[in-house]
Amino acid sequence: MNELRAIYTIWKRENIRYVRDKARIFSTLLQPLMFLVIFGAGLGGTLTQSNFGIDFMKFMYPGIIAMNVMGIAFFSTVSTVWDREFGFLKEILVAPIARTSIVIGKILGAITVASTQALLLLVLAPFMGIQLHIIIIVKLFLFMMLLAFAISGMGLLIASLMKTTESFGIIMQVLIFPMFFLSGAFFPLTSVPLWMTILSRVNPLTYGVDAMRQIILNGLPAELAHKLFLFPIQINVIALLIFSVAMVSVATLAFNRRS
Amino acid sequence: MNIIEVKNLIKKYGQLTAVNDISFTVKKGEIFGLLGPNGAGKSTTISMLATLLAPDAGEALVNGFNVSGQRNSVRKSLGLVFQDSSLDDKLTAAENLYFHADLYHVDKGSFRERLPEVLKLVDLWDRRDNIVRTFSGGMKRRLEIARGLIHYPAVMFLDEPTIGLDPQTRFNIWEYILKLKQEKDMTIFMTTHYLNEAEYCDRIAIIDRGKIVALDSPANLKKLVGGDIITLMAANLEKLRQEIEAKLNLKVKIEDSKIKIEVADGDKFLPKLFHELEEKILSVELRKPTLDDVFLNLTGKKIREEDASAKELMRRHIAMRR
Repeated sequence: MNELRAIYTIWKRENIRYVRDKARIFSTLLQPLMFLVIFGAGLGGTLTQSNFGIDFMKFMYPGIIAMNVMGIAFFSTVSTVWDREFGFLKEILVAPIARTSIVIGKILGAITVASTQALLLLVLAPFMGIQLHIIIIVKLFLFMMLLAFAISGMGLLIASLMKTTESFGIIMQVLIFPMFFLSGAFFPLTSVPLWMTILSRVNPLTYGVDAMRQIILNGLPAELAHKLFLFPIQINVIALLIFSVAMVSVATLAFNRRS
Repeated sequence: MNIIEVKNLIKKYGQLTAVNDISFTVKKGEIFGLLGPNGAGKSTTISMLATLLAPDAGEALVNGFNVSGQRNSVRKSLGLVFQDSSLDDKLTAAENLYFHADLYHVDKGSFRERLPEVLKLVDLWDRRDNIVRTFSGGMKRRLEIARGLIHYPAVMFLDEPTIGLDPQTRFNIWEYILKLKQEKDMTIFMTTHYLNEAEYCDRIAIIDRGKIVALDSPANLKKLVGGDIITLMAANLEKLRQEIEAKLNLKVKIEDSKIKIEVADGDKFLPKLFHELEEKILSVELRKPTLDDVFLNLTGKKIREEDASAKELMRRHIAMRR
């Protein structure tokens, strides 16, 4: 009971902090819009001529949503490093609660914040000629949560390995941007070199992008679907679950190390 | 009754023995100070007592609970104020306390009763709905003290409670700490490297290189130095000296055209001196030994007051700019 209360408290703090940070909400909404408008306008024309088969903005849209989920979930959990640097983590760590409750509270907070904000991006769908109905939205929301779960486990693991906030920039360069670009958000991964195929398969974002793309672009002709989609939805679910469980377990272990 | 009992506690970092076989007890209702220079082992000791660090050997009990085996019970017995602020500066003052009450399993009814009580104690009741980021360093420290009290701790741990604050604010924080002791009968265990602040403690353990070199009340510690120093100026020094030596049977030195006398209890000695003497005295100065004299006497070196490391200064700088 006490542990549930602790989890709830930590979850609530994540939400309060998120709602108060207006600049962050604004910038996390602006970034996906920027990608859609610039890439969509820049590449759309070229690709229409080369028989891509689908409006490029439509193609990119699910990927952008997945990227948005990942960005917020990652930032929410990796921010634990700031808590450590500026002492607040100590307040949580000396409280009479289990470390595992801290991990669970943090991850639930990240999932809530990331999937709620990604839901806001769905208002863009009609502008791109994409029809959404309640079943699609529910399915998407489940995948948003699943992807946020996987990524927040990773964020927490990185946070418990990172000693200072200075390494944050390096993490962004060597991990987050490659994960974005190798996820299939910007181009289909069906005809890429072998090395890229391998890298994209260990990238959890790939499975999130693939699943969301199939949900949003349902009813494509089989030939086109074959060109754009990677795996059956069930495989995406399993891959994300495996990644989540692995990351959260290792993160909990790393967090539990007494120091 | 002892709130803290420490027996032969040891903590090593590789080759360095940060805390080297220390033992002491803290009684209920007293202010107990751990005094020593930076790196003496104060923070390591307080971290072990707060269950943030595991001791390598020895035993420590806080409120009757073992710091190694009964960590959660120890944690619930403690109110902690750290060197660096550990508040969430995006939350309001009241939210920070609410969050704390949740983590320490304080029920809603008690919390509602307790919130005005602790915030009024540190004069922050009017600021309860303000975001902590807008607070000054002294206000943050006061809020942390209030937060530490929310869950009815048996003892407050203050790790360098006034570090990084200006002298006026330091004095101000001490008023609140003394109020805690007087109004709440709170036991306070603290570390400091400010000598003048150690004077407020009921008892002090002087720690140097991981060892406790002395433990007593500030007054008794100063007696270790020898005595009070009385300096006299007179029109005729030689005549005065002869008179003192004859009538009071004391050895007297003349230094820099002043008479110097060392006596055990200067306060009581002065009236006696004036009563006995006929020779005219122009001025008199009585100097009590300071804790710095004590530290010098015990370790052969002085505690430097302003020796914050570069990293610490940098941190404070960043913390201020946030």
